[in-house]
Amino acid sequence: MKEQTLLGGYRVLDLTDERGLMCGKILGDLGADVIQIEPPGGSSARNIGPFYHDIPDPEKSLYWFWTALHKRGITLNLETADGREVFKRLAKSADFVIESFEPGYMASLGLGYEELERINPRIIMTSITPFGQTGPYVRYKTTDIVGVSLGGMSRIYGEPDRPVRISAPQFYFQGGVHGALGSAMAHYYREMTGEGQYVDVSCQQAVVDALMIASEMWDILKMTTTGVGPGLGFMGRMMVKLIYPCKDGYVFTLIGGGAQAGFVTSSKALVEMANRDGYFLDIKDFDWTTYDFMSAAMAKVLGQETEGTKLIDRMQEGLDEFLPTKSKQELFDAALEKAILLIPIGDPKDVVESPQLAAREFWVQVEHPELGETLTYPGYPIKIGGIPPYKPQRRAPLIGEHNEDIYMKELGFSKEELAIHKNDGVI
Amino acid sequence: MQRKQVLEGIKVADFSWVAVGPQVARELAEHGATVIRIECHRFPDTLRTAMPMKDFKSGIDRSAFGTCFNTNKYGLSVDLNTPKGQEIAKKLVAWADVVTESMVPGTMAKWGLDYESCKKIKPDIIYYSTCQMGQKGPYAQFGGYGMFGTAYGGYSHLLGWPDGSPLPLFNNYSDFIAPWYLCTTLILALLHRRKTGKGMYLDQSQVEAGINFLGPVMLDYTVNRRIANRMGNRDPYMAPHGIYPCQGDGRFVAIAVSTDEEWDGFCRVISNPAWAKDPKFSTFLGRKQNEDELDRLVAEWTKDYSAEQVMDMMQKAGVAAGVVETTEDLFNDPQLKHREHFRFLEHQVIGSHAYNAPAYRLSKTPNHIWKAAPCLGEDNEYVYKEILGYTDDEIADMLVDGVITTDSDVPEVLREK
Repeated sequence: MKEQTLLGGYRVLDLTDERGLMCGKILGDLGADVIQIEPPGGSSARNIGPFYHDIPDPEKSLYWFWTALHKRGITLNLETADGREVFKRLAKSADFVIESFEPGYMASLGLGYEELERINPRIIMTSITPFGQTGPYVRYKTTDIVGVSLGGMSRIYGEPDRPVRISAPQFYFQGGVHGALGSAMAHYYREMTGEGQYVDVSCQQAVVDALMIASEMWDILKMTTTGVGPGLGFMGRMMVKLIYPCKDGYVFTLIGGGAQAGFVTSSKALVEMANRDGYFLDIKDFDWTTYDFMSAAMAKVLGQETEGTKLIDRMQEGLDEFLPTKSKQELFDAALEKAILLIPIGDPKDVVESPQLAAREFWVQVEHPELGETLTYPGYPIKIGGIPPYKPQRRAPLIGEHNEDIYMKELGFSKEELAIHKNDGVI
Repeated sequence: MQRKQVLEGIKVADFSWVAVGPQVARELAEHGATVIRIECHRFPDTLRTAMPMKDFKSGIDRSAFGTCFNTNKYGLSVDLNTPKGQEIAKKLVAWADVVTESMVPGTMAKWGLDYESCKKIKPDIIYYSTCQMGQKGPYAQFGGYGMFGTAYGGYSHLLGWPDGSPLPLFNNYSDFIAPWYLCTTLILALLHRRKTGKGMYLDQSQVEAGINFLGPVMLDYTVNRRIANRMGNRDPYMAPHGIYPCQGDGRFVAIAVSTDEEWDGFCRVISNPAWAKDPKFSTFLGRKQNEDELDRLVAEWTKDYSAEQVMDMMQKAGVAAGVVETTEDLFNDPQLKHREHFRFLEHQVIGSHAYNAPAYRLSKTPNHIWKAAPCLGEDNEYVYKEILGYTDDEIADMLVDGVITTDSDVPEVLREK
């Protein structure tokens, strides 16, 4: 069994709430035995929607279903002395501890890295917090929109006078995946040397890392980047439109040329397709290898008019007329056949019904016995050769579902001891 | 005690280009692996030809887009369309522990450098392919960047306002999800090889990586058949919740109020105006039902303060608020400064410029950058002689034959001007 996954046989103690759950989820994707440790009553992440059949119940949060997938669940109150002792016993043989409490909280309980390292020198402790463990923002209150804004990401989306965030939270997922990566790095070192270490993750930095070249644009050219509506631009000016309405939705396309052979082929084929319906006849024979997109785009930003900017305007005007005469599927079929760089804008239904994702066998089935149903989940985004295909270990745990497994079978508590701890609020 | 870097001794032949593949190899290089980046002057990496160019002058070594994902790597130039070039590539495969690529599926096979071929050269090679759609399937051949993949994979639909067009993800957002999944998996593949002696092939779809960060939205469809829509800056569980204008041109602050306690704190900060006591706004459901009006009233108040002032006042009252930072703000952000996020290295052509730090810090083996991204072919001498063992005469021949490419091979349209 161990060799069937990349992290099979390694144990993760996951103390996080919604701010860090994604890290353990990814380690679980890779086969780790993740024990989710929730406070008595259950994790706050269980209150986050959407909910199964819109029933707001801590056992029916789809956010929880997703971020606690694979995990076994136990309840434990770290604020009690007995709870801390139980945790230390678990830490003795664990490989990873992940936590997302306020910086300093674990140390205040006597469970900081230094303490855990004494108990288990091999242990890797990963802390995932909005800003990292130290610094002036460390006590700031954060949510997704505040976090992605402080990381510069809402400024680069939207319109010049209307920054916007993605309508699905990303801030803590970013911290989670960087937490998984940092943990894997530390794990490699541990396997080489036997020595664990501490991993300190900042979600804010993860977001800054995701800005592509926005920081570089400022660093070397002192140019600011803002959203410019459905196009691409800088300094609040649109260089080129990217998203166009079509008959039954929207499509994304980018007109290019010059040295990039793919763009030359694409632009030529798009014009040819439009020609058949009588559009773009005036640029029927245009030689796209002569089109210097970068210079034209830069002229747009600087507010200049050149041959290149006139071509951009001409194309946009024509596409606004031509594309609404075709459906998403008609356009995408043509794009695939003729190597046109055009793709339909997918909504969640389109994504779930994608023939490409079906062909990749991306979606996986997860049994939820107490719901009497099997639900469809996204799969792992990498096909890993040489081991069995990805399969979720189990659905997210119910509150305290594995208390007996861990406390009785593993730690050897008697039924009476378990009852006592339940009664005194430890479990 | 001076510890070794995590990946010291690991050797990587980096055939990848654009954003995702190179970032994974960079992560390895910044933790001690020896990474050789294989490029060709005749077909430079697209990012070398894109903004921002130093002093607005184009040239394949002038773009910070071309450098930002390539710290600590050795730069090699070779034309893989020549038989000799393919022979060199195969020597690199024999030398390497890891081979990377991010071309349109099938490209590496054309050069005899696909996984199966590399496995014959080096049976325990670890090899990753990353592209928009993955190696197989009806749309596998669709090229394009993360903006296309995020358009297809649900993100554009979820960005913008419900009454307006979906919006593009300027940063090719999945380019900053996919590499971290891939790098995590790759490191574990190295350990798997250590235990079993077996190499491994990793086939990543960047679209699928993006979808993993939309898990709850996707489940809302598969379970509830609800098609989630873009909602501007609104949130189903908080109000006020949004981005509001502040004093100064293009200045904004994000505010998010979730509990009654936070609402009370928020009201104190804005000096308890009469409207806040109105039953329309004193309960969460009231605020939700009258959110347009609420947002107007909040914006009316924020516009008289700087974004920094609002953040400071709200945070002191226990309300989540943050400056909507511009890239200029990021360079002055005290928290990012404290974390030493931007690190500066001297690049041969661009000069000193900023490189992002990873979001995770390892206490005993922190990452380390020592070499700015290479100019195209910058380390030819070191790699051809020291690593591959070619003699001066052989190198001279390969230069004459155009196997080793140079600046004179750059297409006219991309030359410095």
